[in-house]
Amino acid sequence: MPLEQKKYPVGAHPDLPPPVSTTGPLAWIKTNLFSSPLNTALTILSLWLLWTIVPPFINWVFLESIWDAADRKDCWAQMPNPREGACWAFIIGSFEFFVYGWYPDTEKWRVNLSFIILIFAIVGVLKEKLPGKKYWLLFAGAFPFIAAWLLLGGFGLKEVETSKIGGILLTVIIGITGISFSLPIGIVLALGRRSKMPALSSVCVIFIEFIRGVPLITLLFVASTMLTYFLPPGSTFDLLMRVLIMVTLFQSAYIAEIVRGGLQGLSQGQYEAADSLGLNYWKAHRLIILPQALKISIPPIVNTFISLFKDTTLVLIIGMMDIVGLGRARLNDPYWLGLAGELYLFIAIFFFICCFSMSRYSINLENKLSTGRRD
Amino acid sequence: MIVLFSLIGLIGRNIVINLSAVGKDFSFGFMTWPAAYDISFSPFIDYTNKSSHLEAGIVGALNTLLVAICGIILASILGFIMGVLRLSNNWLINRIVYVFLEFMRNVPILIHILALYSLIVVLLPPARKAIDVGAGNFFISNRGLYAPAPVFEDGAGLVGIVFIISVVASYIFIKWAKKIQNDTGKIYPVFWITSAIIIGFTGITFLLTGMPLSWEVPVLKGFNFKGGVSIKPEFLALWLALSYYTACFVAEIVRAGILAVNKGQTEAAFALGLKSNRSLQLIIIPQALRVMVPPLCSTYLNLTKNSSLAIAIGYMDITATLGGISLMQTGKEMETMLIVMGFYLIVSLLISAFMNWFNKRIKLTER
Repeated sequence: MPLEQKKYPVGAHPDLPPPVSTTGPLAWIKTNLFSSPLNTALTILSLWLLWTIVPPFINWVFLESIWDAADRKDCWAQMPNPREGACWAFIIGSFEFFVYGWYPDTEKWRVNLSFIILIFAIVGVLKEKLPGKKYWLLFAGAFPFIAAWLLLGGFGLKEVETSKIGGILLTVIIGITGISFSLPIGIVLALGRRSKMPALSSVCVIFIEFIRGVPLITLLFVASTMLTYFLPPGSTFDLLMRVLIMVTLFQSAYIAEIVRGGLQGLSQGQYEAADSLGLNYWKAHRLIILPQALKISIPPIVNTFISLFKDTTLVLIIGMMDIVGLGRARLNDPYWLGLAGELYLFIAIFFFICCFSMSRYSINLENKLSTGRRD
Repeated sequence: MIVLFSLIGLIGRNIVINLSAVGKDFSFGFMTWPAAYDISFSPFIDYTNKSSHLEAGIVGALNTLLVAICGIILASILGFIMGVLRLSNNWLINRIVYVFLEFMRNVPILIHILALYSLIVVLLPPARKAIDVGAGNFFISNRGLYAPAPVFEDGAGLVGIVFIISVVASYIFIKWAKKIQNDTGKIYPVFWITSAIIIGFTGITFLLTGMPLSWEVPVLKGFNFKGGVSIKPEFLALWLALSYYTACFVAEIVRAGILAVNKGQTEAAFALGLKSNRSLQLIIIPQALRVMVPPLCSTYLNLTKNSSLAIAIGYMDITATLGGISLMQTGKEMETMLIVMGFYLIVSLLISAFMNWFNKRIKLTER
């Protein structure tokens, strides 16, 4: 059949669709995957990589995995071949243990309540347009003390020993304590480092550089073996308390450097403006300097919090049972011997969710701040 | 001020009282006592369990430095590759690298080390069924990686001397070529000529002296391999985990550094008629390095400090020898921890001093 050619007057031809080679999925594939020989090679290589890794992984995690079993033998009996799939029954069966540690069964509502209050406190701090923001911040500031009372007991609640605390609960306690107490100490250290008194500033410099120069593990060793030597004779602290002190000091040195960066980022005019208004040192810092300096240092502060949260796993090495410690203890359990892959994947996903959401928040905030500031 | 000093004084007084209360004195005399424990991995020093705590400490320090240096090298290579791939306009590889980076750096390094170690120990076969990964010369098993060891025969020294001489010669050539280029604008293919000098001269001497080098291949005897070089699974796990974890941070730094160079710079380089590899080498990389060096410095410091996690899998670094077993045996918490911390402080200071020097060298000289 001959193609019928329609005649149009000049300039009246309707728009033709764009050629297939520049838009649409085919063109997208061409420009994004096969634009040059090197790109084609990379694409083929990565497709091969995906093909070799992803299907067996999905198979292991989802298709062949067993979610309900009494022990590892039972798990493997349900599979065509032992170890062909993941034995998630291990994680599900130990989940409560991983979250609460040895916290007494009858008192677990206190842990749950603290987690719920924690969520409120976090939302109160992070959400910007909240009615009564000041009270939310006060509440968040009081949260560590409320939680300490809830978790440890006393004043009407049954007391719980700190050695009963473990698992995710311990990880969260160390993380939150480090985060909330290191901020004020870090600000004080940063101000001290910029102080005009040479003795004060050099003490702060030595402290900050010392802490930043040594690994956290060595500080934790100090906490576990010799911190009591520094304290008045006869006073004893339990291990958790000592670890919390060390983690807070460690974190505050890093915060101090960030806050110092924020303070240096402010223009000299701000200091002079505060001086010319007749404000004294404390008032100038409280009303003019710190609010601006802290605002620009929030994203890096969140980033150090992420690394602190990851570093809480190190307490395993001085024998505290955080989630990694409990997991490893369970690995030696004869019923669940050697299910390391499942355990580490579970822990990795737990940390990934926490840290990834923090880092998204920080990036979000950074974008918001960078558009809001005009120099 | 007064409060501060009285606090320091109080802490000092407390230390003295507390130490005397438990009957310990402050001295480093214990360093010469026999350590009486074994260190399975001591590639540089002959260490037996009759050696002193001091020697144990030195072995540990060398092991720390070994894993830190190897880690920094591998992390830089991996990081640069991933950073460049992350900027690739190939959508697929870009996404794969992104997912890998985000997942890896949001999981604690300790988990990486433990998981990799258990992967090696649990999943790999025992030495008797070792996997042959390189034509009967390289084996991998749950006892680690076995590779052929070089055996030097007579005349190997001469080859070494010629190698050093040719390296010096090519260094002089590079200087000379640069001077010629600055004076006359003539460009020599420096890379090819220097490689020809080094490989050619060394190779000819190697052949003339009758190939004074043979390889000792690891052979399975009984339950384990004999001969060859073995890399212990502890070292392997620690090294690889530290490297890829740190490489994720290096990749982000590299990416930020390259993005920080204005696009106009590339266009200016092309407008000057530079080819794309010359423009990368002369225009882009020097400027990107300037942005990258300070954060790279702190990343390398973090890697060195993270290497102390070796203790979790039993790799004997300084924290595990002096700060771990020696501390427990002698009860000298104060002294051992002081040495360990002092060691890390010195290493940190050295790395930052080097990076500061490097930074100063590549800094923009403004007129």
